[in-house]
This record gives sequence, C-alpha cells and structure tokens, in this order.
Amino acid sequence: MDAERSILYLKKVKSVKPVAPGVFVLSFSRDFNFKSGQVLAIDVVPDRQPRLYSIASGEKDEDIDILFDERPDGQLTPILSVLKPGDSIFVSKPFGTFQCHDEKAWWIASGTGIAPFVSMARTGLSTGKVLIHGGRKDENFYFSDILEKLLGQNYIRCASQHTGTTFYNGRLTQWLRDVRQLPVDGKFYLCGSPEMVVEVRDLLISKGAAFHNIISETYF
Amino acid sequence: MDAKQNLFGLTLEQLKIVVRSLDLPAFTATQLADWLYKKHAGVIDEMTNLSKNARRKLEEKYYVGLTLPSNVQTSVDGTKKYLYPTQTKKFIESAYIPDDDRATLCVSTQIGCKMGCLFCMTGKQGFQGNLTAGEIINQIHSLPEFENLTNIVYMGMGEPLDNIQAVLDSIEIMTAPWGYGWSPKRITVSTIGIIPAMISFLEKSDAHLAVSLHSPFDEERRQIMPIQNVYPLTEVIRELKKWDLGRQRRISFEYIMFKGVNDSPRHARELVRLLNGIKCRINLIRFHSIPDTVLEGTDVAGMVEFQNMLKAKGMTVTIRASRGEDIFAACGLLSTKELLKRQQDTDY
Repeated sequence: MDAERSILYLKKVKSVKPVAPGVFVLSFSRDFNFKSGQVLAIDVVPDRQPRLYSIASGEKDEDIDILFDERPDGQLTPILSVLKPGDSIFVSKPFGTFQCHDEKAWWIASGTGIAPFVSMARTGLSTGKVLIHGGRKDENFYFSDILEKLLGQNYIRCASQHTGTTFYNGRLTQWLRDVRQLPVDGKFYLCGSPEMVVEVRDLLISKGAAFHNIISETYF
Repeated sequence: MDAKQNLFGLTLEQLKIVVRSLDLPAFTATQLADWLYKKHAGVIDEMTNLSKNARRKLEEKYYVGLTLPSNVQTSVDGTKKYLYPTQTKKFIESAYIPDDDRATLCVSTQIGCKMGCLFCMTGKQGFQGNLTAGEIINQIHSLPEFENLTNIVYMGMGEPLDNIQAVLDSIEIMTAPWGYGWSPKRITVSTIGIIPAMISFLEKSDAHLAVSLHSPFDEERRQIMPIQNVYPLTEVIRELKKWDLGRQRRISFEYIMFKGVNDSPRHARELVRLLNGIKCRINLIRFHSIPDTVLEGTDVAGMVEFQNMLKAKGMTVTIRASRGEDIFAACGLLSTKELLKRQQDTDY
C-alpha cells in the first residue's frame, strides 16, 4: 500500500444529512482529485483501523459525499451520524480501481452500494449504462432524483419489501431472472453486500455472461 | 435474557479487567488463564484453587463458554470435518488433517465471508458475522484430537485479517506462556491481502503468513478476487518487500490453478518477476470444483509443468495434496450455507 494512502488527513465536516431512516450522507470539501468508484478510509480518530467508504459525489463536485448506513453496534457509524458542521474527521487519499469508463455496461447495486455508481453518473459516465438498484423499501433508493435525471428509463429500482410500490416489486435478482434479454457480452459492475454480489454473479454467469466481464466490489 | 459472558477466549489482560471488576485479587487472572487454557476446566466450579467467594462471583456473571462440535464427517483419507455452533446460533466448520507425524487443524475466523472470491464455496454463503477469539480457539480446544495437533492454519471459513483483533487475540492465547504456550512457528494465517490489517499482523504477531495470490496480473486477479479493486496485489507485494522477516517467519503464496486462466508460461514468468526479492514458498493448489462454477482445475501434468517452470527460476514450489475432498473439507469448500435460514432482511 502506498505509504501516502495510509496517512489520514484532518477534514472538517460540512454536513451530515439523513436520506432515509438510519442512512446518511456525510459531506466535506473536496481538496483532492479522485476517480469515480474509488474509496476513502475514514475515521473520527487518527490512530486506529479506519473503515472504507465509496465516494458518491462527482469527480468535479465541490464536496465529497459519503453515503453510509448507521450500524447500531458499529464502532464508527453511530458517531458519524451525529457529527455537526465543523466537527473533525480523518480521511485518507482516495484509492481503488473499481472504475468504469465510456463503454456500455450494467451497473448493479444493493443498498448503499449505489454510491460508486452515483459518483460515476454525476461524473458524466451514465451514457450507455443500465442501473439496477435493489433496496428494501422505496425510501432506500438514495440519490434517486439525480439518477432519474441522468439515466431515465435505464434506472431500474427493485423494492424487495414494499408492496404497492411504483417500482419493480421484488428482489433485484428476481428482476434479473425475469428479464428476457440480458446482453451478456457487455460488462457488469456489481457493488453491495457480499450476498448480493455472489448471487448476482452466479446468476449472470448462468445466463451466459463471461466471468471476466463481471467486476465486483463488496462491502467489508 | 442471559447476560452472562464467556471467560474462554479472553486474553490475560482481559481477564485482569474481569477480576478487577469483581474485586478479586489480581493473581486470580493468572489462575483463571491456567484453568482455561492449561487445565481445560469446563465449568468455573472446577477451578478449585480459587476461593469459594471468587467462584461464586465469577459464576454470577460468567460461563467458561466451551462448545463441543455438533457433528463430524470423516473422509476416506482420514481428514475430519467438524461442525461447531456459534454464539449467534449459526455454524462454522473446521478441518482436521492428520498426515504421518503432523496433524493440522484448519480453523474458521468468520461465519461466511465478505470477500466474494469467484472460486470459493464459503464466499457463496455471504457473510453472517465475525467469530470471537473464544470461538476461534474453541475449535482447537474442543477438538477431540487436540492432543495430536502439531499445526494450526487460519484457512477455514472467512478472511482472517477481516477479523484482525479476534485473530490476534487468539494467537496471543495460543502462544503466550500463560496460554497454550505454542511456538508461533506452528501457526499460519492466510490472507487475501487486506494491507492495513496485514501490517498490523506482521507488527503484532510472529506467526507465519500465507497470501492468496491466484494470479500475478492485476486485471486478471480482479476478475476472480474483488479485493483486488481495493488492495491490488502489486501493493501487497510492495509492502511485504519492506519487511525483513528473518529466518523464523515464513511467507508463502497460495496459488490455486485454473485451467486456461492462470496456468500459462506467461503467468509463471510474471509470478517469478513479481516475487523476486521475497524469500518465500509457493503452494500450488488443485482447484476443488464448486457448484455452478465456470472455472476448471488444471490437471496434474499441467501443475507439475507449472511447478517446474517456477523451480527452474529458483523458486521454492510445492504442490499441496488435496485432503478431505469427499466430505467437502478441502481447500475452498467449507460452507455452512445449507444450515442458514434464508435471511428475510436482505437489502436487495
């Protein structure tokens, strides 16, 4: 690991806004460049193992946005969720290679795994992309106003626990099973829980996608 | 709800905190460690050199906390796969592998795994939680063949360095004079290369390290191991090259061989180039097929050919014997997915 990446820099929080029950967007000023899909190591103290979060803002945006869900038994997120403007956090430089370019591709995410795709869309990489987002309820489709605007009909929301929703009623894996024509010669980018990633990857492979065209990132 | 805690799996420092909180004499911590890890006490009342008052106070708040295996399967080659229930009412597996004068136990560190490697059966069940140090050590302590054990490998279910503190605590208990007193040379921890935790491990432990490599090319490794997106192999190797690991500590690289994917002369050449400057051993491992996989294992002749290419360049290379394949105990096959109730609260 580049020594530079293990260094944590002091940043001041601009805001922490709830976007759904238990889910927040943490923002602070962007004073470095990054590539959409990269992650940051973040903590509220400088001397322990920080956690990794994907950046959800665009490459040229003024602020860095971090989407996170609060884990009540977690060490960090219960503290992050109550931070106030001006509070300090410690942040690494961006790193990681989960990057997608101008090619046609499918983006598949569960929960807060939507973050890197929001960043890519905000950076202008949404042309030729289909985004499938799985969430429990309608409220779990974070940044949907932005994504609706940028992806239009190619933004598919699958609500697994919400009946009567205006979106697809069921898990995203069911949507993928049901879809008649999946263009399996393209690239697939997966981000989310390990359960989703391994299940979707198996499903795509069973439908004819080549494993080397499936690029995955799991939460850990 | 039973709020009692387990004593088993606590380090000496943690036991000192326990005895302090109960207003017991400080030396009670050492006595407790002795009963837990050397005398194999199953209940607090067996700890007869503790005063009755001390035992009563301990029993009010603590159990010893040992768990026996709930099932065992035996392979035709003598390997045994043990199933252990966890405190969270899930299950993990350990593989006991006897071999002439050695007997190795492969322990789990997590229920499932977050890493999602394409070739691994454990990854297919997703992640259901970390094990405590006690649950890791219990797999060793409660093994019927405990007395035969010569080696421990942290290569069962889960990514050990994704549960670094419990792994370090368990190694401390295994190697400390107040614990089992094992030499760290008898312990190997495997990782796919979570760099910050790997640095912690190298700083805080003297056990051997095994790195799951599987492809020397960044882009090809990314296709089979998602971790590559965050911690690329070249950076893992760069970090390892900074360490003067001396004679006492061994680094090995695990390389599962997939037909037509990572077994070409091009891969062998790059492997040699990549590992140049690191005193290490490469373990070539036969791929054990898992359901719905598109990957195929390299045949024995192909593995020997690959081994010879590496040996010709001066590398130390072994082909690891497959053990316990008929009971799904071999490398990459441990899984308790079938025992999980379908999670209703999935986020997708």
